[in-house]
Amino acid sequence: MAAAAKKTLAVWKFSSCDGCQLSLLDLEDELLTLAARLEIAQFLEASSATVAGPYDVSLVEGSITTPHDAERIRAVRACSRALITIGACATAGGIQALRNFADVEEFTRAVYASPDYISTLATSTPISAHVPVDFELNGCPINKRQLLEVINAYLNARRPRVRAHSVCVECKRRGTVCVMVAHGTPCLGPVTHAGCGAICPAYDRGCYGCFGPKETPNPASLDHWSGLEDRDLVRVYRTYNAAAGPFRNASEAHE
Amino acid sequence: MDGVHVIERNDFDALLDALTRRGYAIVGPTVRDQAIVYDEIASSADLPAGWTDEQEAGHYRLRRREDEALFGYAVGPHSWKQYQLPAEVKLWRARVDQDGGLSNVTEPPRESPRYAFLGARSCELHAVGILDRVLLGGSHPDPADAGRTKDLFIVAVQCGEAGGTCFCVSMKTGPVAERGFDLALTEVLEEHRHYFVVEVGSERGADVLADVPHGEAVEEDRTAAGAVHARTASQMGRELDVTEIKELLYRNYDHPRWEEVAERCLTCGNCTMVCPTCFCTTVEDVTDLAGEHVERHQRWDSCFTVDYSGIHDGAVRGSAKSRYRQWMTHKLATWHDQFGTSGCVGCGRCITWCPVGIDLTEEAAAIRESEEGPK
Repeated sequence: MAAAAKKTLAVWKFSSCDGCQLSLLDLEDELLTLAARLEIAQFLEASSATVAGPYDVSLVEGSITTPHDAERIRAVRACSRALITIGACATAGGIQALRNFADVEEFTRAVYASPDYISTLATSTPISAHVPVDFELNGCPINKRQLLEVINAYLNARRPRVRAHSVCVECKRRGTVCVMVAHGTPCLGPVTHAGCGAICPAYDRGCYGCFGPKETPNPASLDHWSGLEDRDLVRVYRTYNAAAGPFRNASEAHE
Repeated sequence: MDGVHVIERNDFDALLDALTRRGYAIVGPTVRDQAIVYDEIASSADLPAGWTDEQEAGHYRLRRREDEALFGYAVGPHSWKQYQLPAEVKLWRARVDQDGGLSNVTEPPRESPRYAFLGARSCELHAVGILDRVLLGGSHPDPADAGRTKDLFIVAVQCGEAGGTCFCVSMKTGPVAERGFDLALTEVLEEHRHYFVVEVGSERGADVLADVPHGEAVEEDRTAAGAVHARTASQMGRELDVTEIKELLYRNYDHPRWEEVAERCLTCGNCTMVCPTCFCTTVEDVTDLAGEHVERHQRWDSCFTVDYSGIHDGAVRGSAKSRYRQWMTHKLATWHDQFGTSGCVGCGRCITWCPVGIDLTEEAAAIRESEEGPK
């Protein structure tokens, strides 16, 4: 393929732990092929050398938690033809969206010696709350095979094989015995977006909901059946995807 | 082929050896992850000796038996479907040409081992037959699907225990397998004797039996087996009145009960995944990064996913109500019009493995009662 046809890729970080963007470097077997198809123009975790925009595709990690970031994401959108958000922070606000249920000023007073220096927003919000997003990839962290699939689909102008059904479908496809029905282990699988490959139930644990709400989730029915106390149900839904609509509603229903 | 025979427990491994010598990969029940699942079996040591299952809506627990029965359980979360219609199959691979066309289209060999199913229950034999009709009937059968069950050897086991969610008696699919097997075993446990009463269903079955130490069944053996069958038939955990059920469901397309069940339904798809006859798949196309090759894969899908009824501009069955109604009505009613039988064999898996215990026998009964009054 001619070099002129190479599309440019940029990777951007907002409020996040960097784990999702590192999934790109984790693609050890495919990285060279990927670099042959894409010019990695901006990826500070990999190289301090950058190429000026605009970019064909931007991967955005992290949520918006500061006024500065709320401005910066607009600049990223403006210089990106396609914008793909990766991970629970960018798609749902992340673990830091726990602040949405609390008083952020109180936190800053407790944590920082000089809270006046801290300029932060009262909420952590997903990228889609600020700019249009072309595709959202769920997960805390994202699954690197799914990241590769999204990039692959983009390069080949086809729909990504990223399904929004339950984790249960993944459990059943791999033959895992249901930990909820057979062991009585609380599990968020029936309300959680597929994508991880149903790892936890394969290791005898319930799903923690790392990939956020599935399509048409029904937490109220699951919660009613679970027998868990309200206090526990609030905690179950307040993790990496606490601010994702259906999970937020579920936790608030038990407060 | 006629006659009823007896294999003593101590000679049981000779049956497995006879199958192995004939080149069969034996698949049967084994304990894994606190459940009885299907996997490859090397000897009777792999079987769930002394285990049984306790089943209710949304509830399954492995329990210890007081004896060492090899087949003293109902049915587990797996079904033979995983061998008839694997969860993911690569259909073809092709090269992408410069002009975007495809060349070198190759179908990978899809040869399965020659399977011997050990421990298949009567409801499961019905399910295998129903799924075969779905996959191999009609105008576009997939020859690869036929290959998977062509040389199948079936060692059926007549149920010695009915589970809490079983209703094969209602569906007239059990508990006693009358055909569709090469050998059928009834396990009998007495105080000082553990043996199997064996019925032969085919010449292949007779050939295998000839390699296994066995005797002719005497009157007491037949009586003991008959008592097992009668006891199981009397233990059904559920029942379903199938009288004109197709007409009943067709008449009640707008019944308020569908709204009620939709409030409980998680649309997670578990019922369809564990159902031994649910056959819905999707095809997904994948490319390599370089864009030089494409592949098409077939994977298990479910009518409970949004994408399954997705067309341009959204899903035809967007609501949980429409998806549950579609599934249950297909299983119990439209299946008759489409394939000539019910799609339900009364195995109870959809009831047991629903994470919130939705019970299709209860749903059907509620609709019937609204017309006819409580039974």
